[in-house]
Amino acid sequence: MKINKDLILAIVAVILGLMAGSLLMLVAKSSPVDGYLYLFQGGLMNIERIGNTLATATPLILTGLSVAFAFRTGLFNIGAAGQMLIGGLCATAIGLTYAWPKPMLVPMMVGAAALGGGLWAAVPGWLKARFNVHEVVSTIMMNWIAYWTVYYTVPAYFKGSFMETESQRLSQYASLKVQWLTDLFNDSYINLGIFIAIIIVILIAFVLTRTTLGYELKAVGFNRHASEAAGIDVNRSIIISMTIAGMLAGLAGVTFYAGYASNIQIGILPSQGFDGIAVSLLGANSPWGVLGAAVFFGLLHTGKGFMNAMTSIPPEIADTIIATIIYFSATSILMQRLWDKLRKKIGGAK
Amino acid sequence: MLDVIILISPYAIAYTIPLLITALGGLFSERSGIVNIGLEGLMVVGMFTGAFTITKLETVFPGTAIWIGLLAAIIVGAIFSLLHAFACITLNADQVISGIAINMIAGALTTFLARNITGSGNIQILYSLGRKNIPILSDIPVLGKLFFTMSYPTTWLVLVLLLGSWFILFKTPFGLRLRACGEHPHAADSAGVNVHRMRYIAVMVSGAFSALGGAIVIVTYSGEFNGTAAGLGFLALAALIFGQWKPLGILGATAFFGFASTIANVSQVVPALAQIPGILLKTFPYVVTLIALVVFSKTSQAPQAAGEPFDKGKR
Repeated sequence: MKINKDLILAIVAVILGLMAGSLLMLVAKSSPVDGYLYLFQGGLMNIERIGNTLATATPLILTGLSVAFAFRTGLFNIGAAGQMLIGGLCATAIGLTYAWPKPMLVPMMVGAAALGGGLWAAVPGWLKARFNVHEVVSTIMMNWIAYWTVYYTVPAYFKGSFMETESQRLSQYASLKVQWLTDLFNDSYINLGIFIAIIIVILIAFVLTRTTLGYELKAVGFNRHASEAAGIDVNRSIIISMTIAGMLAGLAGVTFYAGYASNIQIGILPSQGFDGIAVSLLGANSPWGVLGAAVFFGLLHTGKGFMNAMTSIPPEIADTIIATIIYFSATSILMQRLWDKLRKKIGGAK
Repeated sequence: MLDVIILISPYAIAYTIPLLITALGGLFSERSGIVNIGLEGLMVVGMFTGAFTITKLETVFPGTAIWIGLLAAIIVGAIFSLLHAFACITLNADQVISGIAINMIAGALTTFLARNITGSGNIQILYSLGRKNIPILSDIPVLGKLFFTMSYPTTWLVLVLLLGSWFILFKTPFGLRLRACGEHPHAADSAGVNVHRMRYIAVMVSGAFSALGGAIVIVTYSGEFNGTAAGLGFLALAALIFGQWKPLGILGATAFFGFASTIANVSQVVPALAQIPGILLKTFPYVVTLIALVVFSKTSQAPQAAGEPFDKGKR
């Protein structure tokens, strides 16, 4: 019954978000029907675009999982953007430095990304466990430290040949793109990242529902004091949870900077970090919900360019819709009240 | 060294002022018990409103357009913050999530509107606010050079608001009630204070102040709206914590961040600073805030009820 309720709340939030979007389309003097038609066509029209939708969804799945995983332990990871950036930086550094064969280089890059992101998140985790520093504030600070770290490290060590603001391009041996997959999807951006993401979804679902570690982490999320009384090491759980969340965000970094793109840019905090919060909320913090929500947001992001080309609607509509969906998810308590009232009424009638 | 400080102080002050007013807005909100990490978004709203109003009016009234723009930003900021207030106060939503939604909505919506209006996502204003030397005071040795030359009128406006906020929060019954809502809302409620109303007012003040901060960025050093506040709102949040939720502390923290950032920006051209790597200077405010959080963790002055929804039935 609970899954049903979450699903209904998510759908209501999406519908409200889409309604807000159509209102804005009217402001832009375009027909919402055409707008959404082109938006969805742009993401699903042919095999190439479906590939792009999945490629856009890949980092979102991972950042969404990152936020959701920490949330299960009662922690709010706003730092996915910074962890993702550091993961991307570590992967890019390996990919540009070593000329190993692909089957060795790519796994090393993936490992480095997970390690970098994990360490970046371990700091706020440790600060929370040891000094009770609120993780929301510390992860925001870590985001900006990551931003400036990349800002100075990339031009100093990995400067691109044309632009000051980006790193050199990764060679094809250091890319998650593989020929057969690119061919299968007609030259789309899709890459091995999607398989990584799906394997991780399964893994996280397993950890959360079938292992002692997952049980302990969730218990800490439900009630910190009761867990402590039951003999769970709360501080250890907090650090582990943040570190795993950071590793997931770091993986998002490698799939984005070495899969979807082929270099890392400076001066940008990746929007996927914040979109991950939306994904996690909409997916009700469950791994499979995250997968669905990320693919939906990937679709919006992929379709917006096509919609912009066919109508006069600015592409920012996709971000506005996503932001509105978060707002309605945050206020879903209103709908939850209505839902409970409705159920009571139906129950009373019986 | 003093020469360098005198040289950069007008720039550092120009950078400090928007941070100060935004952090002051955050102070009202958090003192009433509502965490507002939407400051960044509210600044963006102010930037957009300011830039939009000014471009519409500046050809007609070149001088006053800037002040009308600032006023418009204050009003729109206060109205926009109602979204946060409604979610957090009336619906008891998670304040952090709502704040994130505010940030995202503000960035996307204003860029969307700017694109509709100008075709590109940017809005440029033609005339910035002029810098003036304050007569007499600017002739004082050292101090005059530091504080009273090449200053913007908005600097003095914000300092007056700082003084006013301190007075209202700490010297009036209204301020006491507002702070009570952030420390112990149930006690405030049983003393007859309308907690919801107080919190609504506080959040609207935070919206008005942050938007004013954003608009000041536009009319002083930036001159262009481009859909982002580049982390200033988050820096203001850091200053609020680093200043331990006190007006004077916030002034100190923002001035510190303002000088640190300006030093980082000019370090390339000042030989004395060129040896310090830029990365250290730029990450300095954030690292210092993390350290401050650790140092203050035992004696934190954070409003006790900040972040918790007020539920009348729960005692």
